[in-house]
Amino acid sequence: MLKTLKRVFSYAKPYMRYFVLTVIFAAAGISLSLAVPVFIGEAVDCCVGRGEVDFERLKKIVTALGAMVLFSGLFQWLMSLCTNKLAFLTVRDLRADIFNKFERVPLRYIDGHTKGELTSRVINDIEIISDGLLQGFTQFFSGVMTILGTLIFMMTINVKIALVVVLMTPLSFIAASRITKASHDSYMAQSRLRGDMVALAEEMAGNQKLVKAFVYDDRAMERFGEINREYGRIGTRATFFSSMTNPTTRFVNGLIYAAVGLLGSLGAIGYSSFVGAMSVGRLSSFLAYSNQYTKPFNEISGVFAELQNAVASAGRVFDVLDEEEVPEDSDKAVLENASGQLSFRNVNFSYDPKVKLIQDFSLDVSPGQRVAIVGPTGCGKSTIINLLLRFYDTDSGTIEVSGRDFTDYTRDSLRSAFGMVLQETWIFTGTVEENIAYGVPGATREQVIEAARAVYAHGFIKRLPKGYDTVISEDSGLSQGQKQLICIARIMLMSPPMLILDEATSSIDLRTEHRIQKAFTKLMEGRTSFIIAHRLSTIKNSDTILVMKSGNVIEQGSHDELMKKGGFYSQLYNSQFAT
Amino acid sequence: MKKLLKYLKNYKKELVFGPFFKLLEAVFELIVPVVMAKMIDNGIGNNDSGYIFRMGGLIVLLGVCGLGFALTCQYLAARCAYGFGTELREALYRHINTLSYSGIDKVGTASLVNRLTNDTNTVQNGVNMFIRLAVRAPFLVIGAAVMAVMIDAKLAMIFFIAAPLISLVIFIIMRKTVPMYRKAQQKLDRASMLTRENLEGTRVIRAFSRQQEEIDEFREAVDDIADCSVAVGKISAILNPVAFMVMNLGIAAIIWFGGVRIDSGRLTQGELTAFTNYMTQILLALVVLANLIVIFTKAFASANRVSEVFAIEPEEDGTAQVSGDSENILEFRNVSFAYEAAGDSSVSGVSFTLKKGEMLGIIGGTGSGKSTLARLIPCFYRATEGEVLVSGRNVQEYSLSDLRRHIGYVPQKAVLFSGTVRSNMTWRKADASDEEVISALKTAQSWEFVSQKPEGLDAPVSQGGKNFSGGQKQRLSIARALVGKPDILILDDSTSALDYATDLALRKALKSDMAETTVIMISQRTTSIKDADRIIVMDEGQAVGIGTHEELLESCPVYREIYCSQMNEKEDGKNA
Repeated sequence: MLKTLKRVFSYAKPYMRYFVLTVIFAAAGISLSLAVPVFIGEAVDCCVGRGEVDFERLKKIVTALGAMVLFSGLFQWLMSLCTNKLAFLTVRDLRADIFNKFERVPLRYIDGHTKGELTSRVINDIEIISDGLLQGFTQFFSGVMTILGTLIFMMTINVKIALVVVLMTPLSFIAASRITKASHDSYMAQSRLRGDMVALAEEMAGNQKLVKAFVYDDRAMERFGEINREYGRIGTRATFFSSMTNPTTRFVNGLIYAAVGLLGSLGAIGYSSFVGAMSVGRLSSFLAYSNQYTKPFNEISGVFAELQNAVASAGRVFDVLDEEEVPEDSDKAVLENASGQLSFRNVNFSYDPKVKLIQDFSLDVSPGQRVAIVGPTGCGKSTIINLLLRFYDTDSGTIEVSGRDFTDYTRDSLRSAFGMVLQETWIFTGTVEENIAYGVPGATREQVIEAARAVYAHGFIKRLPKGYDTVISEDSGLSQGQKQLICIARIMLMSPPMLILDEATSSIDLRTEHRIQKAFTKLMEGRTSFIIAHRLSTIKNSDTILVMKSGNVIEQGSHDELMKKGGFYSQLYNSQFAT
Repeated sequence: MKKLLKYLKNYKKELVFGPFFKLLEAVFELIVPVVMAKMIDNGIGNNDSGYIFRMGGLIVLLGVCGLGFALTCQYLAARCAYGFGTELREALYRHINTLSYSGIDKVGTASLVNRLTNDTNTVQNGVNMFIRLAVRAPFLVIGAAVMAVMIDAKLAMIFFIAAPLISLVIFIIMRKTVPMYRKAQQKLDRASMLTRENLEGTRVIRAFSRQQEEIDEFREAVDDIADCSVAVGKISAILNPVAFMVMNLGIAAIIWFGGVRIDSGRLTQGELTAFTNYMTQILLALVVLANLIVIFTKAFASANRVSEVFAIEPEEDGTAQVSGDSENILEFRNVSFAYEAAGDSSVSGVSFTLKKGEMLGIIGGTGSGKSTLARLIPCFYRATEGEVLVSGRNVQEYSLSDLRRHIGYVPQKAVLFSGTVRSNMTWRKADASDEEVISALKTAQSWEFVSQKPEGLDAPVSQGGKNFSGGQKQRLSIARALVGKPDILILDDSTSALDYATDLALRKALKSDMAETTVIMISQRTTSIKDADRIIVMDEGQAVGIGTHEELLESCPVYREIYCSQMNEKEDGKNA
């Protein structure tokens, strides 16, 4: 826990000056505000009774009081400003860092986590760190300062009464921690139930149309009602327990207040020599202190609860930051003017060492050849893509590009030699032009239009409300086919020597699909292409067919060779096109 | 809004007694400074130690009673709030279950979930805080003011200047910061969107070597958040110091003018002490009040969002039961339909009849009205013109749950629910036997992969079916609709993730295993529907052709176009 805290604060290092200022302003503001009751007490002592008011002194004290109050307020404000800067700037750096990390970790890591979970670390966890750790820290700090300051001021007024207050302090802590302990279990149960309820609501109400279609509503209602009632029951308990804290500490505060009043008054009349003499004014300032004495304790215990959350969040963030990165490779060769020649040499690969996938796979592809990858749903065709683009590294064996082991090249230059169009399109929020020019940032409007025209996308883009300047996103209403056309135009503009294409199986309307087909054909002209193929024409027109099953390449060869062989491919072929 | 109040009616006692006890506590709290003043004035003034002890004891006693009252109130508040919240949620979900598809469309399912969980919680929290604080905080302000007036009306004037001043400061600052907070939230949402997009597109980004640009863009976004947050912080940080200043300057004024009053004998020293105490109390109460206003504003907004759902009329339901004695299981008579939000008809003037056990294919491009047409059959949406008849009777006359029990529906997007394969397969028929489930799984070509799981039918399904591949999910969602052999089966383009071989096997199995069932298959591909007894070709909401494959090839140019474009592929294959 301490290590995590230290690490969070190491991010605050560049903003040390804000931290120092926070401490200075806090010290100034708090000590001034703590001195206020002393002055009030002094002032009250100036007003003993009828005709016994020392106006001369009173005027001085009240003026000083006014000035103190103004300065204390000012310092408190400045303190908040510095805390804010400290917190927000630190958090900004942390966010940027974790995002950078996402760009550097191996894909295996990103594939192994849900996107929502990783996003939540960048957004929610860091927000919790900001609230709990950084702002909490200053709260903690000023709380401790207030307590210490109060004690010092109390001591200066009357050491013995102050000691009594100190002796009573644990009461407040004991009460608070007892309640926290008692409420913890029901609180956890409540948040677990709430999680269950939200999950159920998301499934049921989130798919309400399906629920209606299957007349599942009564059963859904029953399940929801059950959780809901349990949530209500536990929630009542948890809320009651946790709401006991305030009245209880208020009560303890009342006890301290009563004790101070009692001892002070007794001291004032000289009843017992224990307390020592005391004026009414000093008593009233002492009372004012005892009134605000327990408040910071409440705040501090609140900070501790949040701190635990924040440390947990920070742990999750640092888990990401500690992930191993893809090694730096800028010293490697830059792949330029790739011919399109490519070969796999005895490649072995698996995602999980226990489940063997690609085994001893070799293949030679000469420039301009087409390789079709076929196989039933879920046979692991995307594994080939992962290897070709070095999203994952082979376990053994190599892939050669332009006659050289492709790990000798920088990843960036290797990847830019490939153009990739996946079925799951990727459109980012931005204009159509920005989306098409993604691979060639400096492209002119003319080049963009030319690329779009070449792949038959110009027509529909022109009809968009603002043409090439229309802002689009993954769910901005473009059809799947239109999105794919934009992705194809993106590659067209880049004009890479090698291609990886993923033919659509999903519901794209027929005219668009036809267009995409033509666009693919155009794109493939003269380029080495790997196609995850579903269409017979594509498959048959390829130079080599890789037949995959359960993640492994089981057959390879041309259509005729494979048909002659009478293996899995011929089976697949016959089943697909028999009526 | 008023409608929500009725869920409080079982908690009237708590609603009255909760604030009442809180009030008692506040009264006791207000008395304490008076007692303390007495202790100082009389005890010290008269040198009476017995009096001082008695008063000290009284303060402790007041504290004990106050604690008792406060705890009683907190308990009543929790009970009332959660009781109310539970009833409200239950009623809301019950209501959601009565909504028609058009009703659901009005708010959208994502928002429904939000209203059912978050908004009800916010309202519940509002009720809790109402009982705990809504009476206490204003009472403390007013009570302290009244006490002050009773001690010295003239001096109390300072209260009436300071309190509104603090309120004004709170008001101005909140008005300025609330929109700024919203803006900061929007910036945070943008960062969230960027992260998500980035993770979704990792492969593309790396393939294009655009990592640095992505980092730069994100950096800009977080800079933006930081700037915005610092700006809000600057203003919102004014609140506490200014309130502190106003309060203490008020106290300074009280002491100064109090000194004058004491000098002329109209005020005692102890009373002056009490006066300063009340001032402190007022400030604290005002700050609580400000927070309370925020909570209530949120609760009201949420209550409105919940009320909106209640305001949506439930689906009209008929009483007739489906009987299978009619020859024509399905008939469309000149049916038109337009979605409420859209102006144009999605389906216009469609007529056809279908006999029991026949298969109907519906083909057409995206947005041609294929799915809409099918959704009229289980009466998910009501025809705006014409009639949809099932077993010879208008679907609107049926008890909808009975009608839907006779129909199996497979949506475009395959959705599975967390639980087990079995719990998913018994959606249509709660008491389906294992044999029924397995036979449905077999027909849907999913028994092979389900039986390979060590747990078989009890194999776990995670939320959304994430632990199954797209094709498996689709097959399971088909199987789910087959359990219990529905009279009518609607497949809404639900085989898109299946390869040809599996698709073909599925169609064959449907034909042989579900001979009694009338199948309505929506597809983009002619191969899937070619063998149907009747095919409807949809184009821009119109049925531009109805007939068998051969008839349509003759008579329907749109069908011919679709068929030829797809058959070219096949011919290529055969001729080569």
